[in-house]
Amino acid sequence: MTTTALPSYEDAIARFEPVIGLETHVELGTRTKMFCGCRTEFGAEPNTQVCPVCLGLPGAIPVANRAAIEATIRIGLALNCDIASWCRMARKNYFYPDMPKNFQTSQYDEPLCTDGYVDVELDGTTYRIGIERVHLEEDTGKSLHVGGATGRIQGATESLVDYNRAGIPLVEIVTKPVPGLGALAPEIARAYVTELRDIVRSLGVSDVRMEQGSLRCDVNTSLNLPGAEWGTRTETKNVNSLRSVERAVRSEIIRQSSVLDEGGRIIQETRHFHEDRGNTSPGRSKEEATDYRYFPEPDLVPIAPDPAWVEELRAALPERPSSKRARLAEAWGISATDMQSVANAGALELIEETIAAGASPAGARKWWMGELARRANELAVDLSEVGATPAQVAALQKLVDDGKLNDKLARQVLEGVVAGEGDPAEVMTARGLEVVSDTGALTAAVDEAIAANPDVAAKIRDGKVAAAGALVGAVMKTTRGQADAKTVRELILERLGV
Amino acid sequence: MTISREEVAHLARLSRLAVTEQELDRFAGQLDVILQAVARVGEVAADDIPPTSHAVPLTNVYRDDVPTPCLTQEEALSGAPDAFEGRFRVPRILDEED
Repeated sequence: MTTTALPSYEDAIARFEPVIGLETHVELGTRTKMFCGCRTEFGAEPNTQVCPVCLGLPGAIPVANRAAIEATIRIGLALNCDIASWCRMARKNYFYPDMPKNFQTSQYDEPLCTDGYVDVELDGTTYRIGIERVHLEEDTGKSLHVGGATGRIQGATESLVDYNRAGIPLVEIVTKPVPGLGALAPEIARAYVTELRDIVRSLGVSDVRMEQGSLRCDVNTSLNLPGAEWGTRTETKNVNSLRSVERAVRSEIIRQSSVLDEGGRIIQETRHFHEDRGNTSPGRSKEEATDYRYFPEPDLVPIAPDPAWVEELRAALPERPSSKRARLAEAWGISATDMQSVANAGALELIEETIAAGASPAGARKWWMGELARRANELAVDLSEVGATPAQVAALQKLVDDGKLNDKLARQVLEGVVAGEGDPAEVMTARGLEVVSDTGALTAAVDEAIAANPDVAAKIRDGKVAAAGALVGAVMKTTRGQADAKTVRELILERLGV
Repeated sequence: MTISREEVAHLARLSRLAVTEQELDRFAGQLDVILQAVARVGEVAADDIPPTSHAVPLTNVYRDDVPTPCLTQEEALSGAPDAFEGRFRVPRILDEED
């Protein structure tokens, strides 16, 4: 542990060139596991979604899930990869209780998809990130380390294991090493994972939620002096949010530059990212690749996708998220930056559906990016789980457009909708929030305001129409905000004969 | 010998098997016999014969993504040496982290 102060990021990046690489794991959203028919529901009681196959009991024989193979090929195609015409699964042997078989069924030197790319946009410039491989494997069980103080394995006396997750199909996407990004490396790493997430989400093959672990990322970083050979890389794990991807690369660049500056050398190792401190610490030393003793899985026959099937899948790929964003930004009349905020907030599809349900682009965007985004943030849930549907938001906006709700009342109605009180019209009626459109009641309130403020009334009669604002305010107060300000203003001028 | 004592010791460590010094010699000898037998098969294979990993000439054997019944938690844990609160209880695994 060094005691000298770390250099600033700007200092580090001025002297060294980073090379990054990203390994991303996507847990597929199939109904059943990779090699058996066990369900894959998140949050089930421990060890209730297991069978002889995923528990590795003697004699159990795996059979591959067609939907997982298809999903992996679609991911490969969306990432511009070549699809293998013939490949095999392999056993990756290791001794650790997260896999009861003592091996993980994975792919080794014959991945299903190879040699693709993703175009990533940052501040108007496109960066092409090469994809080395996309392969299919199975997820591991979850271990709970007990007996220690920290929940980590250090100091723990035993581990409690739940195999519900063991055997869920997992797709690993590995980039080629990416040099030449300079100071932008951390931001581009983040932009890449964001784009990858959007692409996979658009395929509908995973919910790609980093906080639930269905999208996980390991970040490789190395530094070299300009013109020199690439340095030794470290692999940072435990990077559990998009923001952490950027921070992990940045902190590794700073740490490695400090080690190199002091004449030290970088050790090839796995490091853990700490969300709270924003830096990494060394993890377990990497076993040599040969220690896994990979060999072709004898219980699973080779995968040989029919080229016609692959072409069918290629033809049916959805619109690329980047093209869709560009198309919708134009249709909605918003800037690329605003569209990026919409996408980052997970609001794109919601706004699109709200517009399809009849709302204007501006109206739809206003509610999702305003009140509802704020509410989702407070509740720490995804925008899609905030409690309002696109149809409800469109209905709310229609009530506003029809003059039945003003902005303030609409917010209160939305609050009721989110709280599960029903559709906007029901909430409006139940809470008595409709704009007062009864002219009789409104006229009485206006007359009352005029009588109570004779000075203001006199000014208005003298032609100082701007003074009407004070009377509008008074009327809004007596109607508890349930009046349309424009109507009130017109009524005041009418009653005063102006 | 096609396999050394050290290699056997390495494999034993990876498999978490406690192997005595005498056993290392014995297993190295036994494994050597097996490897030599396999090597003889390799001698017969000419360059035009690709390595075989599967005895049956099949590809693309899949199942549909349809759930089948699982074991109950009780059944799943019934063969485990130890369990706690629905989970398999295993000794701490050393040397894997930090």
